[in-house]
Amino acid sequence: MTEIVNGQMKKIDLCEECAKEKGVTDPQGFALADLLLGLGASSEMDSAGTELECPTCGFTQADFKKTGRLGCSVCYTVFAEPLEGMLKQMHKGVQHIGKVPKALRAKLDITKQRDHLNEQLQKAIETENYEEAARLRDQLKELEVVSASGKEE
Amino acid sequence: MELLDFLTSSAELSSGSGPEDHVVLSSRVRLARNVKGVPFPGRAKKKVQQETCDTIKPLVSAASAMRGGFTAGMGDLKALHKQLLVERHLISREHAAKTGGSALILNKDETLSVMVNEEDHIRMQALMPGMQIKQVWQKIDRFDTSLEKKIDYGYDASYGYLTACPTNLGTGIRVSAMLHLPGLVLTDQVNQIVQAVTKLGHAVRGLYGEGTEALGHIFQVSNQMTLGESEADIIERIHKVVLQIIEHETNARANLQQSKSKELYNHVGRAYGVLSNAHIVSSKESMNQLSLIRLGVKLGMFEDLEVSVVDELFLVAQPAHLQQFAGEKLSGDERDVHRANLLRDRLSGVKGVQLSE
Repeated sequence: MTEIVNGQMKKIDLCEECAKEKGVTDPQGFALADLLLGLGASSEMDSAGTELECPTCGFTQADFKKTGRLGCSVCYTVFAEPLEGMLKQMHKGVQHIGKVPKALRAKLDITKQRDHLNEQLQKAIETENYEEAARLRDQLKELEVVSASGKEE
Repeated sequence: MELLDFLTSSAELSSGSGPEDHVVLSSRVRLARNVKGVPFPGRAKKKVQQETCDTIKPLVSAASAMRGGFTAGMGDLKALHKQLLVERHLISREHAAKTGGSALILNKDETLSVMVNEEDHIRMQALMPGMQIKQVWQKIDRFDTSLEKKIDYGYDASYGYLTACPTNLGTGIRVSAMLHLPGLVLTDQVNQIVQAVTKLGHAVRGLYGEGTEALGHIFQVSNQMTLGESEADIIERIHKVVLQIIEHETNARANLQQSKSKELYNHVGRAYGVLSNAHIVSSKESMNQLSLIRLGVKLGMFEDLEVSVVDELFLVAQPAHLQQFAGEKLSGDERDVHRANLLRDRLSGVKGVQLSE
């Protein structure tokens, strides 16, 4: 098997036994949660203090740690705080920029997204986090482009 | 209808070629979507899963893009047939392991496929040969737009499309290109490329996705970030990266031809020699040797061998296709013999071009 670790390609020849041990043959066994939590979310999930639980589907933090997945859409609200740091590391930003279902598009989004970004931008400037501010500004710019192209349709 | 009556023959499937197909084998975009207010498949109770599947399945198969297509519950498909679908990249290995409460919908020419209740309620993909990343995105984008009229997606103004795994959150998009990079492997440059691409925030994987080996010098490049960036930008970035890899691979091949032609002809000639004469060939060996033959064909080293024949052999030399072709279940050892027979049969008698001194 070929593993890519920190951008280095490592080739390991495994016999079937070892492969089983490493969980290579079992795609489910690929410890996705470890991978995600390795991104620095583990401590945040722990330090959130009391064990959070989703009122809709009963999903808990322990479940998340085990599976690396969430239970339902409400989980995103319930676990918003501990998730935030993880999402920041994982993605380019924490504000969705992109496709919006047509039914919703007219109503809210672009204004709401813009307000949200502006709010974050203010915060970043206040805390002198200029790197973050620059990134948010780029996102705002991008949002303008998206909203402009939306109007043309 | 039976799956086998529906599926395009391997020969026909391999005959379709796309732009830049000397390097890009296929382009793919998949989107992850979920139904609002319903627990994700991993969390939903069996009954809820079945109900969700029963609701989504007819809505998807009734879409105009799916006219003349194929629909089946995963519980109704034979294990071998599921494996065929995995080998064609139409379903994931995870989905192949599913039974009741999950489904598959394919369009007529197998360029669109939808998995119901995989990791998310809906995983839709468009797949086309060659470098067609933008076309593939347009296709799946249109299809997704047609579905959103009928299915109320789980969507949040800040987080975008809500997905079971936070790694897919936002756009729910995974754009990938399957690349054939023998030149970069032979010239020992592939590690550098992999490193550079990884640094740009993209993932590089083997033929069958996560945790698989780069058999046959085939690499999959895909985006990793899905939130905070628009689909158009994600597509554009992958597009640019792939164009650059094409350039490097093309240069590597030209270099080999110019300064190491003896070694190159030796590699390709030996690969041909093995596959046209061997009586036992493992899956891994066939992939790696076919890869070299494909390189040879693209460099004009074989007079009368079409690349579509090599691509078809890539497909039918895989376990499920081989058993389908043989019409019976075969053990691993038997497969190696059948594979060798098939390869000998198709490859012997092909004329090679001599290297001019």
